[in-house]
Parts: sequence; structure tokens; C-alpha cells
Amino acid sequence: MAYVAIADRDHHLHDPQTFIEKYIWSQDHKVIAIQYGSVAIGVGLVALVLSLLMRLQIGFPDTFSFITPYNYYQFVTMHGMIMVIYLLTALFLGGFGNYLIPLMCGARDMVFPYMNMLSFWVYLVSVIVLLASFFVPGGPTGAGWTLYPPQTVLEGTPGSDWGIVLMLASLAIFIVAFTMGGLNYVTTVLQARCRGMTLMRMPLSVWGIFVATILGLLAFPALLVAAIMMLLDRLIGTSFFMPALMSLGDINGTEGGSPILFQHLFWFFGHPEVYIVALPAFGIVSDLLSTHARKNIFGYRMMVWAIVAIGALSFVVWAHHMYVSGMNPYFGFFFATTTLIIAIPTAIKVYNWVLTLWRGDIQINIPNLFAIGFIFTFVHGGLTGLFLGNVTVDLPLSDTYFVIGHFHMVMGVSPVMVLFGAIYHWFPKLTGKMPNELLGRIHFWMTFLGTYAIYLPMHYIGILGMPRRYYAYGTTDFIPESAHAVNEAITIAAIVVATAQVIFLINVFYSLRKGKTAPDNPWGATTLEWQTPQTPPVHGNWGPKLPVVYRWAYDYSVPGEAKDFIPQNEPPKGHSSLA
Amino acid sequence: MVALAVVLVLLVIGSLYFHFASPWYFTPLASNWSTIDFTVDVTFWVCGIVFVAVNLFTAYCVWKFRARKGNKAHYEPESTKLEVALTVFTTIGVAAMLTPGLFVWAEFVNVPENAREFEAIGKQWHWGFRLPGEDNVFGASDVRHQSVDNPLGVDPEDARGQDDIIIARPILHLPVDQPYKALLRSTDVLHNFTVPQFRVKMDLVPGMVTYQWFTPTVPGTYEILCEELCGAGHFAMRGKVVVDEPAAYQTWLANQPTFAETQSEPVGDAAAGAANYAVCSACHGPQGEGNQTLNAPKLAGLDGWYIRRQLLNYQQQLRGTAMGDTFGPQMAPMSQVVAAPAVRENVIAYIETLPSTQPTPTVTGDAERGRALYQTCSVCHGESGAGRWGTNAPRLAGMNDWYLERQLQYFKDGVRGSHPDDIYGDQMGLVANVLVADSAIKDVVAYINTLR
Repeated sequence: MAYVAIADRDHHLHDPQTFIEKYIWSQDHKVIAIQYGSVAIGVGLVALVLSLLMRLQIGFPDTFSFITPYNYYQFVTMHGMIMVIYLLTALFLGGFGNYLIPLMCGARDMVFPYMNMLSFWVYLVSVIVLLASFFVPGGPTGAGWTLYPPQTVLEGTPGSDWGIVLMLASLAIFIVAFTMGGLNYVTTVLQARCRGMTLMRMPLSVWGIFVATILGLLAFPALLVAAIMMLLDRLIGTSFFMPALMSLGDINGTEGGSPILFQHLFWFFGHPEVYIVALPAFGIVSDLLSTHARKNIFGYRMMVWAIVAIGALSFVVWAHHMYVSGMNPYFGFFFATTTLIIAIPTAIKVYNWVLTLWRGDIQINIPNLFAIGFIFTFVHGGLTGLFLGNVTVDLPLSDTYFVIGHFHMVMGVSPVMVLFGAIYHWFPKLTGKMPNELLGRIHFWMTFLGTYAIYLPMHYIGILGMPRRYYAYGTTDFIPESAHAVNEAITIAAIVVATAQVIFLINVFYSLRKGKTAPDNPWGATTLEWQTPQTPPVHGNWGPKLPVVYRWAYDYSVPGEAKDFIPQNEPPKGHSSLA
Repeated sequence: MVALAVVLVLLVIGSLYFHFASPWYFTPLASNWSTIDFTVDVTFWVCGIVFVAVNLFTAYCVWKFRARKGNKAHYEPESTKLEVALTVFTTIGVAAMLTPGLFVWAEFVNVPENAREFEAIGKQWHWGFRLPGEDNVFGASDVRHQSVDNPLGVDPEDARGQDDIIIARPILHLPVDQPYKALLRSTDVLHNFTVPQFRVKMDLVPGMVTYQWFTPTVPGTYEILCEELCGAGHFAMRGKVVVDEPAAYQTWLANQPTFAETQSEPVGDAAAGAANYAVCSACHGPQGEGNQTLNAPKLAGLDGWYIRRQLLNYQQQLRGTAMGDTFGPQMAPMSQVVAAPAVRENVIAYIETLPSTQPTPTVTGDAERGRALYQTCSVCHGESGAGRWGTNAPRLAGMNDWYLERQLQYFKDGVRGSHPDDIYGDQMGLVANVLVADSAIKDVVAYINTLR
């Protein structure tokens, strides 16, 4: 009898047997992905509500008695931190990374399923610790998501007694969770690809998630170190980040620490973090555009190298967040140069997305609307990054609403457009149901147009000079009445966009119950996750035999073929199957 | 997809229209930094062209290649020629923006030889300033020297610091067309010195001295904003730069005290002050206990620095002159009675000796709701309402509740703190707006009544 690899043997020994094993303490990457995704979206909704509260205050100051400066800064801080770390990072890597890596690579699961499960539960603990800070005396920290010392741990800042301790603890726990998941993703990509799946045949989604995870593994330790040192400053009175200072009229007793050291550590993590969110989005949107334009991604090799180059460069640009921080100003020359250089591989990615549409057969569906919408929002957010990255231009614009407009376009709206596109795209595989088309379209138009109405004007009131992180502006000579009016309009747009997200949730739950049953491969996609024997895929993904890959992930509309796509695991004509 | 293509085109046109029609753009430049504005313009042109080109091309593709029956996509994995061309094109655009950027930054980093210096000191949530005085050298300073009488922390032992000009109020004057290097120092947390009309900004970092430089070119009054989050009062940390013609500047400068002068102010003599206090006691009461019938608030228990500031405010007509202020105008002429510095200090010293007794509450409100509102107040005035010189916040606990109620209403209505030079009052005005509900003032005052 021929030898059968263990992985290929037909048995069900490892299949979960009980409800708890299947859905709670599950080691199945698909279940963990859904767990990660649900918690991330849940906590993201909290952050969305916080942003509305902030907008109510900015749009209609002196109106809501429950929004005090104290609360306002807490909302600002928690909104930022939740969105960046607990929603975007967790959803792209914990959610999509978990779901897509094994399926797209042709593996049965992650290589360390138990650790993968732990990763989710530890992440859940970090979220609980974070949210617990709303219920401690003094409430959550209001130090801004950047947590700059010394104010973070001093009395004049909201939540400086317990909120900040819980925030730092939660970050440390999150990093533990991320590390367990991240090692898994990297090892799985490197070790568990099926036969024929060379690195240069991997779909760009996997490339983006893979490189982002490596960035995370290298960058998060800097944040961990900073968090631990700040915890020591706060709890046992060390002076890592604390110089001699007088706080609210009292000598503090600390001495010799450096507030700027924290900023370097924070941004050494913080800038790669931007790409930890952006690279998976770049990868996923490439696959969405290619699939729905029925055309191969343009310049695949260039796209891969651009992801790698952006990932590498992202470690040498961090101090562009600190041009006006008081660091040695000569750093400005270096970091402005590296920052503008990173624009080149990024621009190439944009060109290649558009060139993928060129001479395509562009389908009308929700994932594609979001993907093309992403091109617009990302071009806008990327270009305004060239303003802030160029040290001289940053001087007038730093710390104004221009910055808020920029980073929300580039790492808020753009990745979220991809996330929604991705959710609609993989919803049929994930659930076996098709999402509702009409609700999806309403969701897209409200989100796409609404967010632009929010963020475009912000750039201009930023150029005018309106500083960010102001609870109220009072009467400031250079701010005309019209700037306050535009803030009202922005707040109304924000409410519209938030409403659209309710429509999205309705769509998810409605389609889960009443949606049309999805075929195995509704979009006619080439990648392996659409070639599973069952939809949704069952434990082990592939049934008795692992797939074998014969081609790259982008054989769409190949000349001379009847079908307009060829799955990766379809053998070339006249080729006897390897399996 | 036709709809999407049309919308993309409309968004491009709309963005361009918004850019050119928007009334929100840079404030008129009031410094030498026209080169910064130039670099921003170059960046707008380069980025604007790319924005229009990429999005219009996307819209064209979306329209032209939308799915139709019988369509098939073209198969073209890559095109080295096109990719190289686009890379070169992008590199040129990037260089066009970066080059002026780096040259202007070099200008910003290198301060011109003829620049004079001033020091801006930030603390939660106020500005102070120092000029180097006649010897053109700043004396040493350290947070450990800071006190109510030495708010900028100048080293009293350092001979070079004796002639330093101390500007303890958040209003700085500068002569027009003179380059200035601003030395930036914080005594507590990060702050940021920004005057939008000057274009440049830099953080203040405790433990070190940072800098920026500019030449004010247009006389006028400009607001200083703190643009680095510095705690709950961040948004209310305001100051002013007044750019003067040289003569006006000299007049202003001549009126600013040196450090030595601030340290040799007359020390009040409480015994002598008792006699001078007689005129005050007619309204404020012999023990400074206040008299509601005469609308004279309690004085006993207030810190000397606060009484001094209010007396000076009345004397300099920063207070008691606003429309709607019924009782301030009564106090204004009385403040002139103690206008002489020695007399003023004696009276202050005497008031500080008066015993403070808890007045009978007259305001009824919901103290429990007031407790939540007081969280905002506590940041400056302290949890117990004892006041803090460090935040320029007077005592609240044990003062007349009817007076607190009236002043809060005044601050909210802009009756108090509305004078452009009364920046501390303006700050309180910004914060008093937190008391939104009709009952909020009564509630918070009721809570203050419970503080001891």
C-alpha cells in the first residue's frame, strides 16, 4: 500500500467532539478567526460611540453637560487606542490572518493550534482589562492614545491614578496575545504551505498579513518595554521618563528621566503599527480588485517587493511623528528623507491597483465597490502624508486638525473600507450565506461619501490652525464663525456614518438567518479558500487530501481558456495530477 | 459601476472646488516664514496633480471597463517598462517636494546671528516669559526654585539672573522685524508654543530646553496656543504675543520688572495693614467675613497672591468694567484706595491673618450632582477646594456660596474674564462653560459648600 502522510490520513481523531470544543475552547483557526473578529468589532463599536461623543462636543460645545473636559480627553484616548490596537490590529491579523492564512496556503490549520486558541483568550483578557478602566475610580486614562509622559502619570490628567495602570497592563497583555498569534502566522506561512505553493505563488493577502506580522513581532516589544517602564514610573516611583518637575505647584521628586525617550520607544512601535494595519489591507484589496476585475493583479512581483520594502522602511521613519517634539532637530533631515522615500513603493502599489482595473472586466458587487472606494480614500490619505512627512510642511500642520484628517483617511477609513470589502467578499465562505446586496450598497455609499464629508474639511480647518485635542475653542481670534459651523456639519456627517454601520450589522445578522445559500465559489476566485470541499469549510479544511498548487493566484481571463479563472489547484492541461 | 465612475469624477471636482473656494486656509502670515508657505504650495501642486490624475484615471477605468456581456479582461501580468517609468516619475515628484523641504528646514534649524532671545515657560496651564536683561544672558533656573514669589524658578543666587526681565503674565510683547530665538522650557509636562500666524511650533519638554526662531513682521496681537496635550486644562492654556513698533515695545519693556525687583517687593506689615483695612471692613466686615446685603464677598481665607491679582485687576480696569457687571464697578474705585504698593501689601498681609470661619450656606442645589461637576474644577482648585497657586486657582471651600454662584454666572456670561488682557479670567470663562444645565451652578456650589 502506498505511503500516506499523516496529515493526509483519513481519520477524525482530532476533530472536536463537544459544543465547547467546537465553538468556545476551539483550536480551529476558522472559529478563532470569528471569535477574534467578533470581539474586535464589538469593542470597535464602543470606540465608534466614543467618537460620536467627541464629535457632539466639538460640533455643539456648551450643550451636553455630561461631556466635561475630563470625560472628553478620556473619550479621545480610548477611541484612539481601541481603534488602532484592539480593533484594526486584532481584526486584520487575529481575524483575517487566522482565517485566511491556513486556507489560502492550503494548510489544515495553524501549526500551533493550542497557542492560537490561547492567543484569542489572552486578547479577550486584554480587552476586558481595558474596558474595566471605565469602572475604576477616576475612570480611564485621558492622556491621549500616545500616552506621552510625564502628564500621563500626573494628577492633572484624567485617569492618572488607575486608568493608566489598566491601560498599560492591557497593552502588555495584548502584546502577549499578539506574540502567540503572530509566531503562529509566520511559522504557518513558512512551514505549512501545501505542495506547489511557493512563496511567489502566494496570494497578496497572505503576503500582506505575513509581512505585517513580522513587523508586529519586531515592533510590539518596543511598546512592551515602554509600557513596563511607565508602569514602574507610575507604581514604584522610578524616573525612566520623569525629569525633575513641579506638578500643580508641588515638587514631584522624580529626577533625570527623559520624556523624549518614551516618544522614541512609542513611535518605534507606533510607526510600524501603521503598516501592521496597512499591509494586510494592501494585500487583501489587491486580491479583491483582481478577483472582481477578472484580471490578474498588475505587477505581482513588484507588489510583493513593495510590501517587503515598505515593511523594512517602516522601521526607519518613526521620528517623523516627532519633528516638533524637541528632539535634536537635525534628525529632521534624515527622517524626512526616509519618509518621502517610502512614498515610492507605496505609489507603485496604487498605480498597480489602478492598472489592474485597466482593461479589466469590472464586476458590480459590494466587495468591489469597497475596494475601488479604498483606492480613492487611500490616494487622499497617502498624499496628505507627504505633507506631514516633509519636515518643513509639518511645522505649521503638526498638532492641528490636518493631522486628524490625514491619519483618519489613511489608517482609519482606508483600512476599514478594505475590512468591509473583505467581510462582504468572504462572508459566503465564512457563513455559507450571501450578504444582502441592497443593504450592502447603502452601507457602502453612506460610509464612502460620509467619511469624506467628515475628513476633507478637517484638513482645511487644520491648515487654518485649529489645534487638535481641544475640548472647546472659546473665542479665538483667528477662528471664524464658519469654522465652528463646519464642525457642526462634520458632526452630522459622523452621525450618518455611524448609522451606516448599524445597517452593516443588520445586514450581517439578516443575511446569516435569511441570506441566500452561497455556492462554493460565488465570485469565481482562483485562490484555495474557494476550492474547499465544503462551504463553510469544516475542521481540517480539505477533507482527506491536501490541495496541490500548480499556478499563481491570478490566472484570470487567461487567453484561450473558456472559463475566466483557473483555480490555483487546477493542474495544467495534459498534466497528470500530482496527488 | 457607472454611478461609481461618476461619483469619483464628482469627488475630484468637488475636492478641487472645496480647495479653492474654502474660506479656511492659512491665517495671513505675520513672520519671516514665507518659505514654509512656499513649500506647502509646492506640495499642494505636486500632490494635487497626482490626486486628480490617479482618480480620474480610476474613474475612466471603472466606466470604460465595467462588466458587460461578451467582455473579457485583458491578460497582462506585468510591464517592466511601464513600472520603471512610473517609478522614475514618482521619484521626481518626491524630490520636488523634499528638496525645498530640506532647505527650509536647514534655515529653521540654524538661528541667525542677530537673533535676540526670549524664554517661554509653560506650566499647567499657563505661560510665563523671561528676557535676558541688560547683560543679555539668562540666569540659571530650576523647578526647585519655583514658588509663588518666583514663578519662573530663577536661581536667586545667580548674579546673571538678577537683571532678567520677569513676565509672569501670559502676555509677551516683541518688537517688529527683529529675529527672535524662543527658548522653550516646561516645568511639568509637555507643552507646545504655537502662534499660527508665525507658522512654526515646537514642544516644551521638562528637563530640557528646546527652541524655535522667527521674525515677527506684522504688528498686532496674536494668540499663543498650546498644541501638545498637557492634561485636562490643555484647551484653556492660552497666551498672547503682541508685536509692537520699536518705540511702543520700549515703553512696554520699561514697565516690566527685573528678577531682582520682583524679589525686593515690599513685604507686607500686617499690623500697619490693620489701619488701612478699615476702609475695606465697611463692606467686607471687620473679620473679612463678607456681607451678602452689601454684595461684598468674604476675604478671610484667600491667599495673598489671589487678593493681589484681583486688586491689580481692578486697578488696571481688567475687572469691574464689563457690561452687566453690577457690583464690580463699586469695587473698582475702592481698589484705588490701596493702590500704593506698600499699602496694598500691608492690607494683604492683614487679611491673611484674619481667621476664616465657615459661612452659613445660602445656596440650595443638588450636592451629589455637583460632586460630578466639581471633577472639572478640582483639576485646578484641588479636590478639597483649597486652591493652588501652581494653577493660579483661588480657594473655593469656605467662601461665600452666593458670591461663587454670581461669579460663575459672570464667567459663563462673559461678564468676568472678558477683558482681552485678563487671560486668567478668560481661562475660567472657557471652563465655566462646562456648567451647561440651568441648575449646574447651584449644584456645584452646593457641593463646594460641603468641602472643608
